[in-house]
Amino acid sequence: MAIDITKIFKKKQTEILERWMQNQLADAGLREDLMSNEDLRAESEELITALVKSLNDKNLSDADSGDFDHVIEILSGISISRARQGYSPRETGLFIMSLKQALIEVVQDEIEGPKELVEVTLKLNRLMDSFSIITFETFIKGREEVILRQTDEISEISTPVIRVWDGIIALPIIGTLDSARTQVVMESLLTEIVESESSVAILDISGVPTVDSLVAQHLLKTVSATRLMGAECIISGIRPEIAQTIVHLGIDLSGIVTKATLASALQYAFRTLRLVVKKEVKAIS
Amino acid sequence: MDRIPILKMGQFLLVTIQVDLYDRLALDLEADLVRMVSKTGAKGILIDISAVSIVDSFMGRIIGNIGVMSKLLDAETVVVGMQPAVAITLVELGLPLKGVYTALNVEKGMDLLKLKIQVTDEDETDPEYDHSDDISE
Repeated sequence: MAIDITKIFKKKQTEILERWMQNQLADAGLREDLMSNEDLRAESEELITALVKSLNDKNLSDADSGDFDHVIEILSGISISRARQGYSPRETGLFIMSLKQALIEVVQDEIEGPKELVEVTLKLNRLMDSFSIITFETFIKGREEVILRQTDEISEISTPVIRVWDGIIALPIIGTLDSARTQVVMESLLTEIVESESSVAILDISGVPTVDSLVAQHLLKTVSATRLMGAECIISGIRPEIAQTIVHLGIDLSGIVTKATLASALQYAFRTLRLVVKKEVKAIS
Repeated sequence: MDRIPILKMGQFLLVTIQVDLYDRLALDLEADLVRMVSKTGAKGILIDISAVSIVDSFMGRIIGNIGVMSKLLDAETVVVGMQPAVAITLVELGLPLKGVYTALNVEKGMDLLKLKIQVTDEDETDPEYDHSDDISE
């Protein structure tokens, strides 16, 4: 090959960086609140140095080559950290796309012959495209990790066991009940029953959007487990629509005490524990 | 060979399971308990399983069986102190132990037994009726 692309890039490394920075800064959507210009420059410089170092004539057209491992590593690092910081895909994409533009601009200045120029540009294009794809893949992976972590957190937070009265605990369920969630609900409910020595547990499902046969089965399991522990379980907060679905699906909840509201469930619990709540009557003087 | 001791306390039989039950031990316990109920004419059995951390379907069935068998001999069974993990396992195995009563701890279990026996005594039309005689002889 007549033109040594590697040499050009080595010579022009600073220029590429300048052009790249210009391209990045020119974008109106640049998030200076998330990352300062100095940090961005440092990140870009690290990537360019790695890229120029590993680039040679042979691997120019082969992005899978092992020579690029270090570049890919840096790219993935940047991409994942951006995903966590809350960058949009567009901004992350722009980061790598503008490098391609800078590289091609430099090549354009250096190479005279149109045929060679097209050839090199095409190769560069292909290489940078595969880098872009890697960036996106890791970006999405990073975002998925964030989502998974949040899912875990939600299921932890959303199962608070409340001590309503001495011997009565309540557990309001908010959100859809799936198998994993039922497990968490069941465990925290049973542990709290042991800790607080409660004999009545109220399971409030007013925050459960839909009840299908699977959810009902999960509820039944929780109730049976509570009974095995030696406590009574009341299900409260059954909305009219849910009552309709339960009957239409033919789910048998007759073995369980069900109440429409938490208040009536609490009243039932008081009766079971032989407690009386009375309004104070002022003596007429 | 070790056996699980069965203590008689008035009308009740007390069983505390301090070790993890293996099949042989559980079968022996079942046989011993039924024999004791018929011998003493006990009205209630209290089984404390607070130290049991592992159960399998066999164990679950034995506990259920004990409940049903003692019911036949006119004695109520209360299982107390079940650990959350054990309860979850039994439910997942599809063994809700329909025949037995449950309570959180020994104290509450005793109260429950007393209550149940009082209720059955009131229901009983023939107060002289005693199961133990029919079966042990």
